[in-house]
Amino acid sequence: MAGGRLVVDGHVWQHDSVFLPAHQRPLGYVFQEASLFPHLSVRGNIDYGRRRSGHALDDGALNRIVDLLGIGTLLSRRPAGLSGGERQRVALARALAVGPRLLLMDEPLAALDLQRKREILPYLERLRAELKIPIFYVSHAPDEVARLADHLVVLEAGRVQAQGPLKQVLADVATPIRLGEDAGSVIEGTVAERDAHWQLARVEFPGGGFWVRDEGHEIGRRVRLRVLARDVSIALQEECRATSVLNHLSVRVEAIAGDLHPALTLVRLAAEGQSLVARVTRRSAEALALEPGKQVWAQIKAVAVIG
Amino acid sequence: MFDAADLQAIWLTVRLAGLTTLVLLVVGTPIAWWLARTGSRWKGPVGAVVALPIVLPPTVLGFYLLLLMGPHGPVGQFTQWIGIGLLPFTFWGLVVGSVCYSFPFVVQPLQNAFEAVGDRPLEVAATLGARPLDAFFSVAVPLAKPGFLTATVLGFAHTVGEFGVVLMIGGNIPGQTRVVSVQIYDHVEALEYAQAHWLSAGMVVFSFLVLLALYTLNPGRKRP
Repeated sequence: MAGGRLVVDGHVWQHDSVFLPAHQRPLGYVFQEASLFPHLSVRGNIDYGRRRSGHALDDGALNRIVDLLGIGTLLSRRPAGLSGGERQRVALARALAVGPRLLLMDEPLAALDLQRKREILPYLERLRAELKIPIFYVSHAPDEVARLADHLVVLEAGRVQAQGPLKQVLADVATPIRLGEDAGSVIEGTVAERDAHWQLARVEFPGGGFWVRDEGHEIGRRVRLRVLARDVSIALQEECRATSVLNHLSVRVEAIAGDLHPALTLVRLAAEGQSLVARVTRRSAEALALEPGKQVWAQIKAVAVIG
Repeated sequence: MFDAADLQAIWLTVRLAGLTTLVLLVVGTPIAWWLARTGSRWKGPVGAVVALPIVLPPTVLGFYLLLLMGPHGPVGQFTQWIGIGLLPFTFWGLVVGSVCYSFPFVVQPLQNAFEAVGDRPLEVAATLGARPLDAFFSVAVPLAKPGFLTATVLGFAHTVGEFGVVLMIGGNIPGQTRVVSVQIYDHVEALEYAQAHWLSAGMVVFSFLVLLALYTLNPGRKRP
């Protein structure tokens, strides 16, 4: 692309006449297919980049990555004998072993089935928490994005449609984010209480709290909650006794925008810095006389803890 | 069984085929690599030139090589100028002829193997810090190993089986250019059928074993 400029950690990778070839860029790249070298063992694959890097991880740091990714027992195996999920974890370790300044992940889970995805996602979360380098993660899967992203750039046909902090972009109903059925918002909170009898946990955040299924997270743990727009309904009064819905939040209508279908509308709701998106029919929106600034109750039918 | 002249011919043939294969692997590998990866418009013409010896009669090849390497040909004038004399009717002339004759049998398997390796492993190697030449030796060559095996076996076997080119540019000099195929021809001319049988049957067995090894050691790959 003309006029592009790419600077990583103070080093120019691409600008005008400068174009650093790929082998001189200190990056880690994880492809959609693991692309392990079939003629090398798992250890051989990991050492391939490490031997060629001027700032490779030392043995201790590498062992931590190997442990974190749970591939310690695979080191002497050949890639052909590994499962898809194991291969992708080895590919991750191989990319990290060079001590990259930047980790690029190009739909690393797209080639895996749901089971394998579930197997890898927790590893990615731990990496995200432990690594001190930026991660570029390309994905078409809204659930991966909601779970892993901090900063979101929405691209459509090669153009940036929206960008900003995850919560803000997801809640921005004015930008046409084509998430379809997956439109929703993300809230970060802390586990404050666990109810052993009902197997529920209370996650609190500025502006309120939700009862969610107890996924075994200990009290005090930071978690991400994902609330899909289709699971949020709007009421004018708090009706906590006469409904099966557990979670209610007093919110203010921030914005109203069109949705996938002309019968529907997306409503952005806010409470003390938390954003929710509700998908309701235009008819209901009109019946409730929703308009920006109006104080209403959000009823949340389902909240997913996403790590 | 074999007399001294037969053994000399066998040893000469093995040396010729071995050297030719070695030269072909060194010269053919970069050309096969280029053919496998280039998007150049020269890919078609170069590929066709490489394949020419498959279809040309060996006499045509031998005739032009003779002209090129002869006292008035450019190659001949060059070899005289650097002081090694003329190549036709010498062992080294045969090596040059055999390299041309067996060229496609080494280049094409290598090209197929490199094409099968694809871009991705090399891209991965680059992201892991491997320079292009490093990636070639540490990734492309090991992954193309079946192709190298096929190329080596076919290059060697095809050189052992040549006759026309040898007669055109090598003649029939014992210990210099009289290879097994020419020796068989001589035996038949002299009505020494028993001797011709030994060498011919030997060639049949050798060729069968070579092809058997190729097809069993290297399964699942297409032959060129």
